[in-house]
Amino acid sequence: MKRAARFIYLTCIYLFLYVPIFVLIAYSFNDTKYSTNWQGFTWKWYEQLFTDSPLKEALVNSLVIALLSSVTATLLGTLGAFAFYRYRFLGRKVMYSFIYIVMMSPDIVMGISLLMFFITIGLATGPLTLLLAHITFCLPFVVVTVYSRISGFDRNIIDVAKDLGASELQMFRHIMMPMLMPAIIAGWLLSFTLSLDDVVVSFFTTGPTFEILPLKIYSMVRLGIKPEINALSAVMFLLSLVTVTVAHLVTKENR
Amino acid sequence: MEKPPIVCLQGVTKRFDDVTAVDSLSLDIYQGEFLTLLGPSGCGKTTVLRLIAGFETLTSGEISMNGSRLNGTPPNKRNVNTVFQSYALFPHMSVFENIAFGLRMKQYEAKAIQGQVMEALDIVKMTGLEMRMPHQLSGGQQQRVAMARAIVNKPQVLLLDEPLSALDYRLRQEMEIELKRVHRQLGITFVFVTHDQEEAISMSDRIAVMNEGRIEQIGTPIQIYEEPENMFVAKFVGEINVFDGSVREVNNGSAVVDIHGESFPVQNRKKFGIGSDVKVLLRPEDIQVTVDEEWTNGEPSLAGRVEEVIYKGKTVDLIVKLDDGETIFVTQFFNEDQENVIYREGQRVHITWLYGWEVVL
Repeated sequence: MKRAARFIYLTCIYLFLYVPIFVLIAYSFNDTKYSTNWQGFTWKWYEQLFTDSPLKEALVNSLVIALLSSVTATLLGTLGAFAFYRYRFLGRKVMYSFIYIVMMSPDIVMGISLLMFFITIGLATGPLTLLLAHITFCLPFVVVTVYSRISGFDRNIIDVAKDLGASELQMFRHIMMPMLMPAIIAGWLLSFTLSLDDVVVSFFTTGPTFEILPLKIYSMVRLGIKPEINALSAVMFLLSLVTVTVAHLVTKENR
Repeated sequence: MEKPPIVCLQGVTKRFDDVTAVDSLSLDIYQGEFLTLLGPSGCGKTTVLRLIAGFETLTSGEISMNGSRLNGTPPNKRNVNTVFQSYALFPHMSVFENIAFGLRMKQYEAKAIQGQVMEALDIVKMTGLEMRMPHQLSGGQQQRVAMARAIVNKPQVLLLDEPLSALDYRLRQEMEIELKRVHRQLGITFVFVTHDQEEAISMSDRIAVMNEGRIEQIGTPIQIYEEPENMFVAKFVGEINVFDGSVREVNNGSAVVDIHGESFPVQNRKKFGIGSDVKVLLRPEDIQVTVDEEWTNGEPSLAGRVEEVIYKGKTVDLIVKLDDGETIFVTQFFNEDQENVIYREGQRVHITWLYGWEVVL
């Protein structure tokens, strides 16, 4: 009885989470342009998506921005977390709290403030400002992820490495990096996905000629949901499924 | 020891903010010896070790090795290696890679590394386990790997920071013997830090007893145990009974001390004058107990009553309450002449000791 109740409860939760996604995937194969009635199976929305759809260019732009911003944020964030752990400097705790503040602050505030900042320093909005904005909001997530792992390390490990003749750089390269790898990968994935689906900050910080996927979809949806968008969403769902699985396997091996 | 010291500490002081961890301490460490820094937690013994290793910078004073100043030399440029209390093995590396790390940093050739790592594994008796990961090892095995990782670099001085304290009792005794063997086999200088006086006494060539950042006494285990120079050393190293007395007579090298109205002859190494207040210290095993019925001679003695009898197998421990209220602790060994002596609670006894077995401070 108790087991049955637990099973039903769990099923409900997962249905609630996944039914909308599966409905969307199903519609991406529906052979009709506007109706929500089932009109037969087709691949044509996928064909359109990968041939001449305006979505394709936006997707490429989005992936490039996501890749560049997540890699930069991961590099900077890892070094930052290491600095917070390794060195004692004035204002260290205050600075660490400020990292959280950036993470917590609403996207809308961040978007507007970044836009104001770019205007003030005379930087025209476009791919560069978009990239800078994405690095900014990804960075705290990397710092926090990496720091939470690094702070669980035995401090003596650093001393041991130096004791055995490693310079600061060798210690970081041979000891810290491999031990931090799972957290670095997790931070990178988080940044990548955050960057890929950000709407609000991107809305304020990109220029009129540089289109990225979430904004493109947003503008298209105002005229009704096109089946290509369903197809695109299905592709992206599959992509995230793959990345999550890979990330899981990688971090598991490192442990 | 006539050899010149390998490591020299002169007026070494280390302050952390307003806490003085090490207070103008001077110490010579000689080639090949097993020196133990013994003291309660917070006495500065680990700080001394970290100063020698180079993990901490001196507030003032000087540390030199082979006659050249070490101040400011980073740990990776010092010919010393440390074994930590927590072992601190690299969790992502196999046993082999852990031990090879130091040699890799020195850019040894792969072949040389292979040979030296195997040699180190052999010394700590871990051959065959080189491909294991640290989390697959027991505490004792991790300890051995940590040892191998340090000694493979052939340091002139090996620093050991309470390496046995995380092990259980049996394993600790086994590792004490192992450590001594490794020390003999390698012939390098060991500086060992511990708060465990038994460990210190059974392993060391010399012991430096530390308290509040200073060395209270330095000497062989026998000197430390049998001739403590002050109350701190006497009380920290082993059990000891303390009697208050005053000097009544002084003769050539000896004296007569009044304790609770009885006069006892004692040695007078510290040349106390007549009338001075002294403390007479006696180890539990140096005290003789005679039951009242067998007490025939009128020698000076302290009378009391047995409060508790604790049978220990090899020995029997007695807690005796003296007639003037003081409680003392006595250890009696069983011997063949006294086979039938069985102490009972409530028995009246007389306490004496052999002239010269006491310590007068």
